[in-house]
Amino acid sequence: MNVLVIDYGMGNLGSVRRAIEECGAAVQISGNPDDLNSATHVILPGVGSFADGSARLRERGWRDALHRAIDRGLPLLGICLGMQLLADIGEEGGENPGLGLIPGEVRRLVPDHPDVRIPHVGWNDVHYVSSIASEKLFMGIPDGTDFYFVHSFAFRPSDPAAHLLATTPYCGGFASVVGRGAVFGTQFHPEKSQPVGFQLLRNFLSQ
Amino acid sequence: MLKTRVIPVLLWKDVTLIKGIGFDSWRRIGTLMPAIKVFNARCVDELILLNITATNDGLPPDYEIISELSPECFVPLTVGGGIREVEHIRRLLLAGADKVAINTAAVECPEIIREGAERFGSQCIVVSIDARRAHMEPDETVSSSRLTDVSLTGPIVPPPLNTDRQSFRAQPSGKGVYECYTHSGTRPTGLSPVDLAVQAESYGAGEILVTSIERDGTMTGYDLDLIKSITEAVKIPVIAGGGAGSYEHLYQAIVTGGASAVAAGAMYQFTEQTPLAAKDYLSQRGIPVRRSNLKPIHT
Repeated sequence: MNVLVIDYGMGNLGSVRRAIEECGAAVQISGNPDDLNSATHVILPGVGSFADGSARLRERGWRDALHRAIDRGLPLLGICLGMQLLADIGEEGGENPGLGLIPGEVRRLVPDHPDVRIPHVGWNDVHYVSSIASEKLFMGIPDGTDFYFVHSFAFRPSDPAAHLLATTPYCGGFASVVGRGAVFGTQFHPEKSQPVGFQLLRNFLSQ
Repeated sequence: MLKTRVIPVLLWKDVTLIKGIGFDSWRRIGTLMPAIKVFNARCVDELILLNITATNDGLPPDYEIISELSPECFVPLTVGGGIREVEHIRRLLLAGADKVAINTAAVECPEIIREGAERFGSQCIVVSIDARRAHMEPDETVSSSRLTDVSLTGPIVPPPLNTDRQSFRAQPSGKGVYECYTHSGTRPTGLSPVDLAVQAESYGAGEILVTSIERDGTMTGYDLDLIKSITEAVKIPVIAGGGAGSYEHLYQAIVTGGASAVAAGAMYQFTEQTPLAAKDYLSQRGIPVRRSNLKPIHT
């Protein structure tokens, strides 16, 4: 197993690397899209703004390379900003194109109650809405388990029936996990969600 | 439901006696690392690490230490101390911080908040406000144009260091009058914590950590008036800090103060109390907290 973690200059790659190593897999952190050819799994991490992340992925040639790799069936997991960048479009930092790997758009969370604070920071429960979630990513993880979130924007899948895998009750409920084929995205940080996060990463790596 | 976070704070000081001996950074890791390993093994909600001498020593953040610590830490990590430039934020995030805490620079060059939020996202910019109850009553405040110069869009102009105490005009808040301090609580600013918090939010800060200087380390309880004044003034999450000594204090900061998270240092370091037992207590009193029922991480 060779897990490629995409280095596009955004965020904390060290904790993703360590978490995957804890799961018993070899990790390659790479800024070169050619390395996708030798990878068995790819992780798109990310902390930062959609505009910046989107521009960096395009500039560095990841967009086309990822589309080709996914057409070959390479499993991909986007985390936080990495999940959001799977969408068609995002509004953080102006309207910008995402990777277009899962149809949808990324919009700012809107409080549904005066006491709701944005950003959404901390531990919140994740509820499956699709059997794909429980069969592929959440094996061994009870429905409603807490994961760690830190974000102000959220993914809105265009076709929730097909691509929405789990939701989290904040701001009226948002998509905390999306998926399409072997491409998955989690709004929470599995690498910061301790034992349950590692379990989720192991499940992804068993794809 | 979003859980209320229980957060240990580790203050990290470049002790003079150790500095000057070779490999001093390793010695410091030697003291920080066991604490971090314990909190990691206990799966705490988050950790805050503050280097309280970096700014006063004119030093940038110590990226190497964070790089050494972060592989041992699967807990969401907020790191503060010495951050003056956006580049400092970038390097801390690369070294393994998930969020950064900005104190002195939030007063002296608040543009760093805006630039940091635009580049890395608001969610990783924590503005840390250290405040002290001023020794004057609200009716003693003298009108001055200084604070009214603070607009929500313009930069804060720091007051001269030889602040004329008679002209100090911190905004009354709750039962007291508070003033923000920078440089690890050593330098008065003439700014009220509410003004600074509102300004930080408008610049794009993602959270406020508010610490009462005189309560810090005393374990006599948070300054609830101070905390409440901030949670009522901003719409971003507020972390209460300074003074927690018991689980009841944590409860008060959440219920009375309106805090989204409760930070504490001394009560976890100098008493038998633990973050885990704190969450048991809070849960029994109806506060939503995260209960981890899976086996702990072995590293």
